[in-house]
Amino acid sequence: MPALALPAGRVPRDPAWLSRVGLAVLAVVLLWPMLVWTEFKPWELFDARSLKSTAKFLKDFVPPRHDAEFLQLMLVQTWRTVAIATAGLTLAFAVAVPLALVSTARLSISSLSGPMATAPYLLRQGARWAAIVLRSIPELVWALLFVRVVGLGPTSGVIAIGIAYGGMLGKVYAEILESGDAQPTQALLRNGAGRLQSFFYGTLPQSSTELVSYTVYRWECAIRSSVVLGFVGAGGLGQELDNASKMFAGAEVATILIIFMLLVALADRLSSWLRKELG
Amino acid sequence: MSADARLLARARCKACWFMAAVAVLVVASFWSLDLKWSEFLAPDALGKMAQFLAGFFPPETAPAFLLKTWGALLETLAMSALGTLLAALLGLAVALPAARTHAGDPARLRPLARLLLNALRSVPELVWAALLLISAGLGPFPGTLALALHTTGVLGRLFAESIENATPGPADALRVRGVGEARVFLYATLPQVWPQVVSYTLYRWENNIRAAAVLGVVGAGGLGQMLSYHLGLFQMRETCTVLLGMIALVGLVDALSFLARRLLER
Repeated sequence: MPALALPAGRVPRDPAWLSRVGLAVLAVVLLWPMLVWTEFKPWELFDARSLKSTAKFLKDFVPPRHDAEFLQLMLVQTWRTVAIATAGLTLAFAVAVPLALVSTARLSISSLSGPMATAPYLLRQGARWAAIVLRSIPELVWALLFVRVVGLGPTSGVIAIGIAYGGMLGKVYAEILESGDAQPTQALLRNGAGRLQSFFYGTLPQSSTELVSYTVYRWECAIRSSVVLGFVGAGGLGQELDNASKMFAGAEVATILIIFMLLVALADRLSSWLRKELG
Repeated sequence: MSADARLLARARCKACWFMAAVAVLVVASFWSLDLKWSEFLAPDALGKMAQFLAGFFPPETAPAFLLKTWGALLETLAMSALGTLLAALLGLAVALPAARTHAGDPARLRPLARLLLNALRSVPELVWAALLLISAGLGPFPGTLALALHTTGVLGRLFAESIENATPGPADALRVRGVGEARVFLYATLPQVWPQVVSYTLYRWENNIRAAAVLGVVGAGGLGQMLSYHLGLFQMRETCTVLLGMIALVGLVDALSFLARRLLER
C-alpha cells in the first residue's frame, strides 16, 4: 500500500502528542504519592518468609475440613448468619417505615395548595437527615461500637444491621413512594381522607412491588454484611472465619469460604427468583 | 371458576405463601438467636449507654492527632483509588476471555474466567483483607490488594457484559478484512465500551472509598485501623475524632456523587 506522501523535509508527528505527554505526566504525579501512601511493595509478597507462610497456609486448604462435627457446627453458624441478617432487616423495617412515612412529601396536605408549610417541611427534612445520618455510618462501625456496650454475640450484629439498613431503607422507601403517580393520593387527600388512608389506598398499591423487591434485595445484602460483621465479634460464619484464619487453620478456612460462596450464590438466586415472581 | 378468578386466586396465593414464609423466617430468627434485649432495655443499661456516649465528647483536637487522622484519611483515599485502578486493569484483562466477542468465537476459557470472576466477587473485601494479612502483613498494602481483588470480580463481570453487548458491526467489518483479534478489540470494541468502562470504574471507586474506610478494622490500614486501635484501648475521644473523619469522608463522597449525577442528568 503506498503511504501518503509527506512534503519533503517534514517528519511525521503525532498531532496529539502534547495531551498524551501531559496525561502521562499527570498520571505519574498522581500515582506516585498513592503508591507511597499505600506502601505498595508487591515484591514483599514474594520474599522467602511470606512465601513460606503463604505456601503453608494454602497447602492446608486441600482437602477442606469435612468431618461431621465441624460440618454440623458450620451448619449452625450458617443459620445464625442468616438469622442475624433476617432479624436485623426486621428491625430495619421497623425503623424505616415510620421514617419513610414522615419524610415522604407525597402525604403533605399543605402542599396540595401551593408550597409546603414551614413546620411540616422542617419535620420532613429532619426525618430525611436522620435517615442519612443513620446510613452514613457503616454497619461495621455500628457493630464495633455495640460490641463494646453489649459484649460479643449476635445482639450487636442485629442492632448494627437494624440501624444502618433502617436509614438506608427509610431513604429509599421515601424515594420510591415519591416516584409514583401523585394523582390518586392527592385525590384522596383532597376529598378528606386521612394521611394513612391515602397512603394505603393511593400511594402503596402502585409502588408495593418495587418496595418488596428492594427489601428482598437488601435482605440478600444483609446476609453478606452479617458475615463481615462476624469479624468484629457479632457471631456467625464471619467469626468462625476470623478465628480460623488467625490460627492459620487453612483447612477450616477453605470449608468456610466454600460454604460462604454457596450461601451467597443461593441468596442471590433466591432473591432474583423472588423479585421476578413478585415483580 | 372462570380463568380470571383462578389467576387471581393463584396470584393471591403466591403473596400468601410469601408472607407466611417471611413470618416463619423472622420468628425463627428471633427465637434461635440468644439476643440480649435486657442489656438494652434495663434502666441501668441506658445509664451505661449514656456514659459510654458521653465519653466520646469532646473529640480529641490536638494538632498532632488531627494530622495523624488526616494522614489516615489520605491513606484511605489512596487505597481506594489504587485498588480501583488495579481492579479496572485486571478486570479488563479477565473480561476479555470471559466474553464471547462474536458468534464464531469458541470462547474456550469463558466458563473458567466467569468462575474466577464469580469467586472473586462473592468474597467481600474485608474477608480478602483478613486472608491477605497472612502473606502481606499488616498495613494499607493488603487492604489495597483486597479492594482490588473483590472489585476485579465486580468490574470484570460488568466489562464482559458490555463487551458482549457492543454492536458487532465495526468489529466484524475489521474481522472480515483479516485484522487480528487484538487490533479488532483496540480499534472497534474498546472505543464502544470505553464510556461504560469509565462510568462503572468511577461508580466502584465511590463504593470502594466507603469500603476502604472500614477495611482497617481487621488491620489493613487507613481510618479503620486507627478506629479499631483507639476503640480497643478505650480512648473514646480519639475514637470520636476518627469517626468524625470517617463520616466526613463518606458524606463528602455521597454529596459529590449526588451533585455529579444531578449535573449528568441535566
